[in-house]
Amino acid sequence: MTPEVLLDYRPLWAVLISLIAAVLIMFHGKRPNLREAWTIMAAFGKAIIVFSMIPAVLAGKIPAIEPIHIAKGITLHLQADPTGMVFAVLASVLWILTSFYSIGYVRKLEEKHQTGYFASFAVCLSATMGIAFAGNLLTFFIFYEILTIATYPLVVHKRNKEAIDGGRKYLAYTLIAGQLLLIGIVWSYVLAGTGDFQPGGFLAGAAASDTVLKVIFFLMIVGTAVKAGVMPLHGWLPTAMVAPTPVSALLHAVAVVKAGAFGVVRIVGFVFGPELLGELGVAAILAGVAGFTIVCSSVIAMNQDNLKRRLAFSTIGQLSYVVLGAALLTPLSMIGAIFQIVAHAFMKITLFMVAGAIHATAHLDNVSQLDGIGRKMPFTMGAFTVGALGITGMPLIAGFIGKWNLALGALEAGKPIYVAILIISAMLSSAYLLPIVYKAFFKKPSLVSHHDSHGEGHHDHGEANKAMLIPLVMTAIISIVLGVYPNAGAHLYDFAVMAVQGIVSGQVIGGGW
Amino acid sequence: MMEQLPALLILIPLLTALASPLLSYLSGRLVRCTALAALLAAVFCAVGILTRVLSEGTWHYRFGGWEPPWGIEYAVDPLAGALAVLITFINFMALIYAKTEMEDATRTKKGVFYALFLLTTAGLLGMTVTGDVFNLYVFLEISSLSTYALIASGGKRAIFAAFRYLIIGTVGGTFYLLGVGYLYAVTGTLNMADMAVKIQPLLNTPAVIVAIASIVAGMGIKMALFPLHGWLPDAHTYAPTPISAIISGIMIKVPAYVIFRMLYFVIGAGEGPVQQALTVIGCIGAAGIIHGSIMAIAQKEFKRILAYSSMAQIGYVAVGLSIGNVYGLIGALFHVLNHAVMKSCLFMVAGAVKWRTGEYRIDKIMQVSKKLPLTMFAFLVAAFSMVGLPPTAGFFSKWYLVLGAFEAGKWPFIVVIILSGLLNAVYFFRIIENTFLRKKEGAEAEAEEKEIQTATGLELPLTMLVPILILGAGVLIIGVSNQQIISQVIQYALPGGGF
Repeated sequence: MTPEVLLDYRPLWAVLISLIAAVLIMFHGKRPNLREAWTIMAAFGKAIIVFSMIPAVLAGKIPAIEPIHIAKGITLHLQADPTGMVFAVLASVLWILTSFYSIGYVRKLEEKHQTGYFASFAVCLSATMGIAFAGNLLTFFIFYEILTIATYPLVVHKRNKEAIDGGRKYLAYTLIAGQLLLIGIVWSYVLAGTGDFQPGGFLAGAAASDTVLKVIFFLMIVGTAVKAGVMPLHGWLPTAMVAPTPVSALLHAVAVVKAGAFGVVRIVGFVFGPELLGELGVAAILAGVAGFTIVCSSVIAMNQDNLKRRLAFSTIGQLSYVVLGAALLTPLSMIGAIFQIVAHAFMKITLFMVAGAIHATAHLDNVSQLDGIGRKMPFTMGAFTVGALGITGMPLIAGFIGKWNLALGALEAGKPIYVAILIISAMLSSAYLLPIVYKAFFKKPSLVSHHDSHGEGHHDHGEANKAMLIPLVMTAIISIVLGVYPNAGAHLYDFAVMAVQGIVSGQVIGGGW
Repeated sequence: MMEQLPALLILIPLLTALASPLLSYLSGRLVRCTALAALLAAVFCAVGILTRVLSEGTWHYRFGGWEPPWGIEYAVDPLAGALAVLITFINFMALIYAKTEMEDATRTKKGVFYALFLLTTAGLLGMTVTGDVFNLYVFLEISSLSTYALIASGGKRAIFAAFRYLIIGTVGGTFYLLGVGYLYAVTGTLNMADMAVKIQPLLNTPAVIVAIASIVAGMGIKMALFPLHGWLPDAHTYAPTPISAIISGIMIKVPAYVIFRMLYFVIGAGEGPVQQALTVIGCIGAAGIIHGSIMAIAQKEFKRILAYSSMAQIGYVAVGLSIGNVYGLIGALFHVLNHAVMKSCLFMVAGAVKWRTGEYRIDKIMQVSKKLPLTMFAFLVAAFSMVGLPPTAGFFSKWYLVLGAFEAGKWPFIVVIILSGLLNAVYFFRIIENTFLRKKEGAEAEAEEKEIQTATGLELPLTMLVPILILGAGVLIIGVSNQQIISQVIQYALPGGGF
């Protein structure tokens, strides 16, 4: 069954709206309220545009724009297929929440360069939409590179040596990865004569030796896996945590890293296709690397005292779930992978927002200083608890559904070792996240050290301000809602199933959540 | 009038050049206005010519009505027409920009400067539109000699640079002349079209092989192909900024055009010696890309970085010519256009930064983006294009070159092109770090801050700002509309008509 393609310019508008907002933001740098109004309006506008496409996509249609010719034989093509919709819905919803949170955060901390900050943020979201809706490899690549560049000013936001070094490292990793991806894209274009994403892959019929295909796969996967933080290509991610927390939250839990993970899904499902990869046997290697990353990063996370760094390593591990799900090549594992993109985004953004709220309100960054903070910030730490439990894979929170499908997929693929890895990882993540919850609620605050490091006045804080608190509570609630009823609101689970059905060409998918 | 456009294209700048020193006795402003008007007229001539050749095919213009092969013929095909538009446009931009550079000069100096500038332009245009290999040499020398003088006007160190360029450049010109001599000896004609027919049976004779070698060597010097690039860094660095912009943007491209013209159109790139010559050009081009990029990383001065970068970028063109299939040639020609626009923009930015802060060293221009926001925004666009990030123009030249290299199976070129993009990123992001992010340290920050005011209250005088912004926007426009440019102009410029 080939889905009907609708001529519809909404995917393009979804990309453009935040780009236009970025320009307006730049022009109104001197009037902060108007400037922030543009951000909020664009965020809501984008979400409305994306959500308005849900019924059509659910009905099996694909809204797509008339391809724009941008280079000889290659077009800029945007289409809202189910896979892209998952990512687009996710990013647009989270942008709204992060926008409010950002405003609260940067104003509380009186950050400098706010105009550039919000403008870059808007450009990042445009790029993310472009990545989600990209209909071919070149379009994907263009937005992928724009995302790299637009994130750079956010990473170096603080303008100090640490930030500049972090920015350098970030660029070194991502630009090199981008170039490798480019080689892979050009190569596959030369072989197949097209770059259009096709459910089930378009390289299967290409006249190329296995070795060539393996090399292309390697190039493309390295290109995307760097952003997805797969070890050993993860080095930039913890360093990039020098960025302000809302940036870490949206970009390092949602946009940038998920763009990488999403890219892996696209390449596995829409460029090569599970069948071809099964024959080549390279996916097994990728699965192995992902499994290694999951365990290894969790172990490293346990040793991090800085809360954001701990979360960064946790992100690295959780992202590899997505990669693992794609690499296992079974329908269920791929549903798990796509849903994990959603679930992890909501849970991890909650955790990051909490870290930022603690930083902005209590001026604490390290896990060891968090004793008793739950008494002062009960809602904040309550949200943290939900996120933490979700990451460990507790049922009734979104994370569980992705992991359940992943585990079933691993069994389906006949590789029970990955079930074991998932279980180990769940235990390890409990080990590095739950102690924080315990400290926050059950330990007495150690006032002495508090005084020493921060002087007067910082420990008589209360909850985080509303602009920060409400978004993070909402993401926590959404995590629970999606865990109970994964189709709530945007039919994200249905989209994941539809996407995978396309990839395996209508084959009946048994079981699953 | 319309029928005489190819002659007017050359004659307007040439005659205005001769009149300039005279006019300068009357008024400094008059000479500038005349020069600008002349170049603007040339832009219109070039556009007129291009539109006509695109619709009607190659335009054979006979000078004085003499039939070739006796008389001199101007043969303007879409390739030459497009290049003429590019030359006139970039030079016009550079001339607008030159105002602040010439502010303090005496009237005589102004007269001479504008005269030389127009002569250079006339020479470059002549090289482009002529259909006669010896006539090409004449124009080569016109443009070269006036360029030596223009470079030398940049001050003490510039004189050395210019003298060095003069010696090396003359050797290059002589090599070309030698090659032409051999070709004339065996074919008995200087007309390109005539020669293209007569040379076919003689392709593998020693005389033709020596001729190809000499022409490639001669033009290789003029286009600063590695390892014949010794003159370039100093000349670019010490020349006045508008001159750096045109040497880098245009001067080194026209010899590349000559190589393209001679190898693909006159001698014919079928097989034999031409293929070997192209292989050599590709290899040294690739070596130049790497060498230039690495040397650029090692530099501390803004213009010197750009100079080495130019040398690397001309390697792209050489590599594209060497790849030789449709995509490769499109990439090469498209890069000629891109690089002309983005590099002249970058040089102008360097000049603007110098004007505002008095510094060329990139470690002394901290946070200049605050003083020059628009300028540095144009810089960002051009720099991203140099690195090859979509959707700027530079990405698409890279795209076509890589595509061509894949089709031709020439793997080493792919590695080199990709590597070069990353090396570019190293030195451009170093500049970006300095100009946008790093703060000045305490005492240093307070020491200076002499405020320079412009008449209009803008960050730069309009004559500097406008060309920079136009060229910066041009980088984006070319990138976004590359499909149109290629399908409507460049593909007709290829030997055999492209697709």
